[in-house]
Amino acid sequence: MTTLPANNPFRRGPQGADRTWPLLGYAAVTAALLIFLRGSVADGPARLLQPVLFGAFLLSLLFAYQWRAAPWAKTAVFALGIVFVLPFMGRDNTSYFDLVIQMLIFGALALGLNIVVGLAGLLDLGYIAFFAVGAYLWGVFGSPQFAEVSGNAAFATGINANFFWLFIPLGVLAAALVGVLIGLPVLKLKGDYLAIVTLGLGEVIRIFANNLDVTNGPQGIDAIESAPVPWLNSLAGTLGFAPDQYRLFFLYILVLIVIGIVILVNYRLDRSKIGRSWIAIREDEVAAQAMGVPLLRTKLLAFASGASFAGAMGVIFAAKQTFIDPKSFDYFQSIGVLSMVILGGMGNIAGVLLGAVVVTMLNLMILPTISEVLQGSFPNINPNLDPSKYQRLIFGLVLVLMMLYRPEGLLPSARRQAEMHQDDDPPPDSLEADNALQAGTSEVLSPGFSTRGENERTGSER
Amino acid sequence: MDFQTFGTVLLQVLVGGLSLGVLYAIIALGYTMVYGVLQLINFAHSEVFIAGGIVGFLVFDAVKASSMNGYLKLLLACIAAMAVSGLLNVIIERLAYRPLRGAQRLVPLITAIGVSLILQDLLRFLVGLRGQFDLSVPLPQGFGNPISSLFGLDISLLNLQVKDLILIVVAVVMLIGLNLLVNRTQLGRAIRAVAHDRQTSGLMGIDANRIISLTFLIGGALGGLGGVMFAMKYQALNAYSGTLPGIKAFTAAVLGGIGSIPGAVLGGLVLGWLETLLGVISLFSSVPGLHWLGAIKAEYKDLGAFLALILILFLKPAGLLGRSAAEKV
Repeated sequence: MTTLPANNPFRRGPQGADRTWPLLGYAAVTAALLIFLRGSVADGPARLLQPVLFGAFLLSLLFAYQWRAAPWAKTAVFALGIVFVLPFMGRDNTSYFDLVIQMLIFGALALGLNIVVGLAGLLDLGYIAFFAVGAYLWGVFGSPQFAEVSGNAAFATGINANFFWLFIPLGVLAAALVGVLIGLPVLKLKGDYLAIVTLGLGEVIRIFANNLDVTNGPQGIDAIESAPVPWLNSLAGTLGFAPDQYRLFFLYILVLIVIGIVILVNYRLDRSKIGRSWIAIREDEVAAQAMGVPLLRTKLLAFASGASFAGAMGVIFAAKQTFIDPKSFDYFQSIGVLSMVILGGMGNIAGVLLGAVVVTMLNLMILPTISEVLQGSFPNINPNLDPSKYQRLIFGLVLVLMMLYRPEGLLPSARRQAEMHQDDDPPPDSLEADNALQAGTSEVLSPGFSTRGENERTGSER
Repeated sequence: MDFQTFGTVLLQVLVGGLSLGVLYAIIALGYTMVYGVLQLINFAHSEVFIAGGIVGFLVFDAVKASSMNGYLKLLLACIAAMAVSGLLNVIIERLAYRPLRGAQRLVPLITAIGVSLILQDLLRFLVGLRGQFDLSVPLPQGFGNPISSLFGLDISLLNLQVKDLILIVVAVVMLIGLNLLVNRTQLGRAIRAVAHDRQTSGLMGIDANRIISLTFLIGGALGGLGGVMFAMKYQALNAYSGTLPGIKAFTAAVLGGIGSIPGAVLGGLVLGWLETLLGVISLFSSVPGLHWLGAIKAEYKDLGAFLALILILFLKPAGLLGRSAAEKV
């Protein structure tokens, strides 16, 4: 920890003075502002304040994670956000619901890619292909498309929508299987070859989706079902949601549960033997092999576990969008997920989630709002200046600027941070250098979002 | 399908694949030279290439009404595109890659992807200033004419146009020129030395940074030339259309053995033929026993490049003409 620059605003883990009350105050004020001002920022140029208010509120969740505060206060802030504020805003304005669900879906995707890129150091540029596998799996079966494919008119709305539950694990399996199939030939390759081959394979899957009859080609698949959950619908009704929001309400809860599982799995993998093997491979393949890490198997496992998250989320994504086509799964989407991982901080769960939230919000809320306001105020503006058309530029800037100035990401894992800046701020005397070294090693034992105490425990257990 | 049409189709594939292949080869050289000196996949090369195409379009468009000789117009377009693309590549290297020399390997690679995305939107913005997105290239008069005879031989069945022949000739001249430059000149020797061992070449009095810049200049200029050829061949392009040919050209470089100039040419040709063949292969479904070929739609021709890439890396990771390097520990 001592290797962190002292002025780093994103210092990880609880530290400094106790901020229980500032945290509660901040969360309460931003939540109140978001809720009470929602009417006054609903239209006109004032809409530009929407992302500001929403972002300020989301920041309270980040602070709850980062700041040193009483555990009950942190739990309260998370609960306030997840149970009350987000659904409330969603009920009021469906686009918030949509946005939050999309953030969570991309968060899970980014966490999956994080295993592949952040932990195992394998640059996968075709990651969205696994997402496509899950989405098309449910898309074909859970929609009228199945009547076409099977030639049986009895399936005019797809198979029984309750099969949705079965298809989530099926999506996991199918994506993991595709991951292994793709991984087997390519994982023998070195980093940059791997990048270009995965890019190619991502394109291969997209080209197939674009040309096969099963996937209905470029027209895509429409009217995709999601599981009926009557008791949740009646709950949503009681809570005052409109009937057309029932599906989003259900998916919101589902996505929360799934991302909870994803975070848990990530967290456990991170500190398991396999997680350390991944990091060993990332740092030095030859040395890892010499230490007895089976290269191909370990890499395959990274590929398959990363893919499986994408598969599950693909199924849910198809149910949420109700419409999928090959355009949702092109190279550019893979890059989007990659930029989430890079922006937030490779190898760190909270960082990756932060990246997903920021990038999704930028894409789906900030840029569209700005461009709508621009067009509203200046109807004759050159469409060339429409900011929502500059996603590539923004992703590109994120990637380049992060790599040039902060390769460890906004919210780095302490280990990465130490590694990337080991030459900065040399400790003034050797005693401190020793401390730094020790702090560094304890992080090596247990990277990720752990507190110091846990690290020390893991260290002694070893 | 009778024997004669069968033969005609194969011949057309051979010639059509040749013109596509040399195009890939020119682009692939930009990747392979940069990879040779820096071990970096310059993802931005596809945009450097399409920038050349756009410059080519601008020149063709500016002189479309003039009565200038068509070949002179082409020459102008090529010079302008080579200058712009070469300089662009040098600037990219200076701003984005040089500060990252010696960083972990993924870092410059991700930067390169980022630069490529930035350039895509910058180019789209610049093209958009003219109020356009998809550009349709006005060719000089006569370039689209079919060639019916060459050296007294009747070649009308090859379906060749003047521009195809120009493409092949220009590409071959460039490839020979580059080969001479790299193998016969002082600069070429310096490039090879830096590619081989940057530190030691420094000890021998070679300014590695200067050589790397020059390599980017040459690679970028070749990319720009490839862009003009692309614009001439397809007559339609936009700011995003560099990506796919870029990936394929990189595949060609890997196929032939990355870092090797003859390899890039060979890889380009193989890929060009493969892709052209896949595009028409469903025609052969009328041959008895081959009816299943009918299922391979022309849209699948893009798969050829990627499948070839996987296959070659699986069987012979160093590429067709590459030498496998031992892992340095």
